[in-house]
This record gives sequence, C-alpha cells and structure tokens, in this order.
Amino acid sequence: MKLTGAQIFIQALKDEGVDLIFGYPGGAILHVYDELYKHPEIRHVLVRHEQGAVHAADGYARVTCKPGVALVTSGPGATNTVTGLATALMDSIPMVVISGQVPLSMIGNDAFQEADIVGITRPCTKHNYLVKDVRDLQRIMKEAFHIARTGRPGPVLVDIPKDLQLHQAEYVPYDQVKVRSPRAVLQGHSGQIKKGWELLKEAKRPLLYVGGGAVLSQASDELKKFAYLTKIPVAMTLMGLGAFPGTDDLSLGMLGMHGTYYSNMSINECDVLFSVGARFDDRVTGKLSEFSKHSKKIHIDIDPANVGKSVAVDVPIVGDVKYVLGEMLKMAEAAPAFIQNYHQQIRPWWEQIRQWREKAPMGYQQGPKEIRAQYVIDMLYQMTKGEAIVTTDVGQHQMWAAQFYHFKEPHRWCTSGGLGTMGFGFPAAIGAQLAYPEKTVICISGDGSIQMNIQELATAVEWKTPVIIAILNNHFLGMVRQWQELFYENRYSEVDLNVQPDFVKLAEAYGAVGLRASVKDEVVPVIERALKVRDRPVVIDFVTTLEDNVYPMVPAGGAVSDIVLA
Amino acid sequence: MNHHENTHTISVLVENEFGVLARVSGMFAGRGFNIDALSVAPTPDPRVSRMTIITHGNALIIEQILKQLNRLIDVLKVIDVSSEACVRRELMLVKLRLNDKNKAELAKLADEAHGKIVDASDPRIQILEFVGEHQEMEGILKKLQPFEILEVVRTGNIAMQKGKNVLMPFPGEAVG
Repeated sequence: MKLTGAQIFIQALKDEGVDLIFGYPGGAILHVYDELYKHPEIRHVLVRHEQGAVHAADGYARVTCKPGVALVTSGPGATNTVTGLATALMDSIPMVVISGQVPLSMIGNDAFQEADIVGITRPCTKHNYLVKDVRDLQRIMKEAFHIARTGRPGPVLVDIPKDLQLHQAEYVPYDQVKVRSPRAVLQGHSGQIKKGWELLKEAKRPLLYVGGGAVLSQASDELKKFAYLTKIPVAMTLMGLGAFPGTDDLSLGMLGMHGTYYSNMSINECDVLFSVGARFDDRVTGKLSEFSKHSKKIHIDIDPANVGKSVAVDVPIVGDVKYVLGEMLKMAEAAPAFIQNYHQQIRPWWEQIRQWREKAPMGYQQGPKEIRAQYVIDMLYQMTKGEAIVTTDVGQHQMWAAQFYHFKEPHRWCTSGGLGTMGFGFPAAIGAQLAYPEKTVICISGDGSIQMNIQELATAVEWKTPVIIAILNNHFLGMVRQWQELFYENRYSEVDLNVQPDFVKLAEAYGAVGLRASVKDEVVPVIERALKVRDRPVVIDFVTTLEDNVYPMVPAGGAVSDIVLA
Repeated sequence: MNHHENTHTISVLVENEFGVLARVSGMFAGRGFNIDALSVAPTPDPRVSRMTIITHGNALIIEQILKQLNRLIDVLKVIDVSSEACVRRELMLVKLRLNDKNKAELAKLADEAHGKIVDASDPRIQILEFVGEHQEMEGILKKLQPFEILEVVRTGNIAMQKGKNVLMPFPGEAVG
C-alpha cells in the first residue's frame, strides 16, 4: 500500500498507540496537519507556544511512562523545542518531537523558516534524524519511539522536510526494530548483584540512596519490599521522590542541597551507600572529596557512563533497577534468619538516625497572618491526602514542594530536576491532566516561573483541564534572592518582581478561575474552592512571606558539615 | 584515581550516515574532551565507517570518553587499542623549496626515511610523501628543518591491532 509521508507519519503514531499529541502548526508541517485533520482519533492539543508543547508531552510521559509526542514546524517552531528537549534529556524522559523542515532542495539555502534543527538539537536529544527519503520514514519513526523508550529513556527528534511529506512510499506494518547500536544491558551481572548483597550484609550503617532511575524503571514494588524486609533507611533524590512512600518510617525524605538534615547526615556517616538509579549529581554530593567518605558504594545504573563518573564505586551494577533490585530481593528473602540478625545489626544506626531526626526535624512556624509558603504546600498536601499529581517550576517553591508534599507513589511528581527549567510546571501539568482527567493536578509555581509559560492558560481553558496553579507569590525571584542574601551580602541584583500582573484578573481574562489568599485564614478556603472546580483551570495567588529561605541548605560545593539549618 | 595523562588511540565503528562525525566531535567538544587527531573512512561494508581517534587524558577521562562514545546511537563498537600491540601509521606530505646545493642532500634524506617524491612538476619545488608512526614523522620533520618547508599535511595515526584481533563484527550484526 502506497502512502504519502504525511500518511505514514499518522500511521506510525497509530502503530505506537499514540492518541494524544501536543503541537503548533506552521508552513513546513502543513501537509502533516492536513492529514491530521482527517484523523480525529488522534487528539491534538494546540498549545500557545512550542515550548509548552514539549513540556506538556514531557509531563504526559512522566505520569504515564509512555513517550510524549510533540509536533512543530520548522525554524522558530523547532528552535522553541530546544529547552524542552534538554529538560527531557537531563531527566531521561521518553519523548518524540517531530519538526517540519523546509523542502529537501532548499535545505542549506537559508530558506524562510529554515534552521538546522538536527545540528542544534544533537547535544540535547538522545538521538535525532533528518529524513532524506520518504522510504526511510516508517523505519525512522519506529526507531525513534524505540530509542526514546528503551534503555535509559530520552527525547528523540525527527525532522521531516515539507516535500517529503507528500512523497509516496510503500507502507507495510512490521514489528521488529533493528538498531545496530549495542543494546542497554537490563539484566545486571549476577556476580555483581551477589557482591552488592554481600557488601550490604556486612553493613552496620547501610543507606538506600534512591534516584529517578527507580521511578523510570518502575521499580517501586521491588524497592518497597526490599526496604521493608531489610529495614534499611531510604533517602531519595529530588527525582526519586515517590519511588518509596515519603510517609513511611523508613523514609528519611529528600537528600542533597535542600534535603533533610537526617538524610544528609546519614549519607555522610553511612558505611555502605547503595545507589539505586541515582547518579551522584552535584546537588546531592556537594564537595566530592568530602562526600560520604566512610562508605563503600554500590551503584545500580542502566547507563554505564553514570558509573564512576564523579564518585568511585566499589560494586558497580550496570542494569535495570527493577531487575537488579528484584534479584537482590530474592537473595534477601532466601535468608530469613540472617534478616532477623540484620535488624539487630543496624539497630544502633537507626538510633543514631532517630537522634538526628530529633535534632532537626522538618517543620515550619505558621503565624496568625502572613502566609508561609511551606504552610500552603502542607495544606495542599493534607487537603489532597497526598494523592494529587504535583508539577513544579524551579526555585524555592520547588524545594518546598519537595520537602512538604509527601508522595506515597511514583509518577505523581513532575519537576525539572536536571536542567532546572523555569516554565516547565504548568504545561507539564496540562499534559498530566490530559492523561488523567479525573485526577487532581496541581502546578506549584512561583511568581517568576509561572510567567515563563503563562500563555498556556488558553490551552488549559480550551481543553477544560482543571489544573490548579498555586502561585507562591513572594514578589521576588526567591531562590536567586536567597543566594544573594546568603552569599552576596544582600545585594539584590535584578530579583525584584514587584511589577507583576494581577494574577486573579489575568486568570479571569483567560477564562480561568482566579483566587487569592493574602492571610493565613484564607488559605484553606481558597484551596477548598479550587478543588471543586472541574471544568477549567484555577489560578491561586498565595501572597506569601517576602524574604523566606529554603532550609536546610548545603551550600553549593560544600560538605554536609557545612549544612545551614535555619 | 590516576591523574597521569596519557595519549590514547581509540578505534570506533560507526554507522556510515551523514552527521556521524558531528555527533562524535560534538560529544568531545561538549564534554570538554580533546581530539588530538581523527581519521575516518568507510570500511568494506559501505554502511559502516571506521574512525581512529587520538586523544589524551587521565584514566577517568578516557573511561568517560569510551562510555560516552558507546552511548551514541550511531556508534557500533568502541575499542581503546592503546595498550594493545598495534600497527600505527600516519601519512605525511611535505612541500619544500629546493636550490641547486641541497637537492642531492634532500634526495638522500628522503631515501633514508623511505620517503617518495610524489610531485616535481616545478623543478624548484618537491612534495615528499612519508609513511610511518607519528613519532617517526616528528623525527623526519626535525631532519627537514634545514630545508625550506612550505607546507606540511598529516593524517594523524590510524591503527590496527596485531594478530588475529579485529573490530568487526560488532554486536547485533554478524559480518561474514
């Protein structure tokens, strides 16, 4: 059966089971949009800026574990996807972005809306393609989805010249994908897994250090069983939140720069550090020469390049977290007598951790009037029973959300951990909401971040997505201000956001619901009202303490001993 | 951790696709690794190209280079052949201006270094061709210093493991 490039594209989406895409049309992708018009079974969400499309696809992918798809035109349409691609690459999110390109014969001629998007996105995609022959399109689309979702997931871009969208080629469905590049190793080496378990068995002060890899590999069940059985304490990175219930006694919460005192002390003092899909990021390690000096280290990672990159590891295990942890769980389950002893063996360690917990528990003081951001997040947490999908932008609100919204399950927490992209949260929330229309989706944002993609209010109104945007409004670029206060002697250089829109009126102008809470007693009622709205987005402007800081804080490049508690 | 910097020779098989060189060189540039020399040409299998990359760094950096190369989808196989017995060869072309006095001397020098005169279309100009290991080329250039060198072009080393070891076949495909 002969199909045009545009038809092959649509067929390829169907073959992959894609029924929802995010995009923005333009000249070089018109043929594809014309074909899309004939296929209402593939829902297309018209965003208001291409960056919104990519972040929405990203949010969709984070909550569903399926690749998100975005469709854009050439030139500016394509370059607007760069931040979203880099965001997805840093957090290993499966995504396929398709861009139109100027006709083949015009490539390289500085044609209208031409950009070398394959060249531009080479370092911010897992892989990318310029399709030069329509006969390759079916194969490339298959490979793109395969590469995006397998091994360490990531974004893939496919650039399709305009004329090629009308060229015809034979289309025969097939299943097998042949990528000659070596496959990722999923089944970790059994000898290494055994070595890791033997090392853990000797530990008197073991610690599970859980990262985004545990979420991506959907290894929560294995992780929970392993931790419950062995009673090894669990600390999570920003990306690992939800992999293990933050409400459980075994959880030490988040570690790293703004992690809890007790998780940071634990990583500092442990004798065996077991990294489960975490990559020893600088926001976790701080000063490398001081990082977890007394511990032997076990590291599960699907990407060999992460192993030994910044921290030397004693037992590297290259493989899929779910598989490796599953194997280790079997070893633990086969030794019930040992496990009994083990609980005794690590009892003093838990006693030590208990003392650290008592010394510096996580908390905040909420006075009678001025709203503290932490209180808002605490109320959101309590009033949604910890079951909402939460997305964030980047800054103080992001860290407070990580500290005070305790996730019981994975795939409910969408935050740009690696790249730290302001403007990510709201479009990501739209993507997540469209994936799960019945769930409560909250975008926790700041008055700085939200303005970076606020145009998507129109998208959310059009699609009747009841995303709640909780703006923690301190009239500052809060995190930058905090650094300027602490490290630049209060020289507040360009962080004043006193000139800002009236977010309530702005929401109403878009057709959304706008609410405001200016004093403490208004917080719970506005959240109550917002939770009842199910047919449009709600913007809540929480006017909070102006100059509040995120604590604890391990200064960048510092050691755990440099931790500032308040 | 080994902080000693060494020169390494890395052989890489890649898909013979446009943009592959950019992916490889871009990875080096983006991560702050050095490329001292690089040569690339198709193999007898036209779908596959072979690169020889000369780089330097401590053990940690070289390990990262190998791993990061392996992450590229178009990269089929990577081997650091530095520690293995290899034949290494570089091709060098040298253009010189001659006079009546040193013509014979140059001919003698070229002969000793197994050089060939590959162009003498202008009686006062010669292009000499030399083949050998990188270090040998350095030595030859030193000896040529007394002459008037107009231009030098070098390919950088290519390398092949001695004995029966070969890079092909690569994982995922048996090459007969």
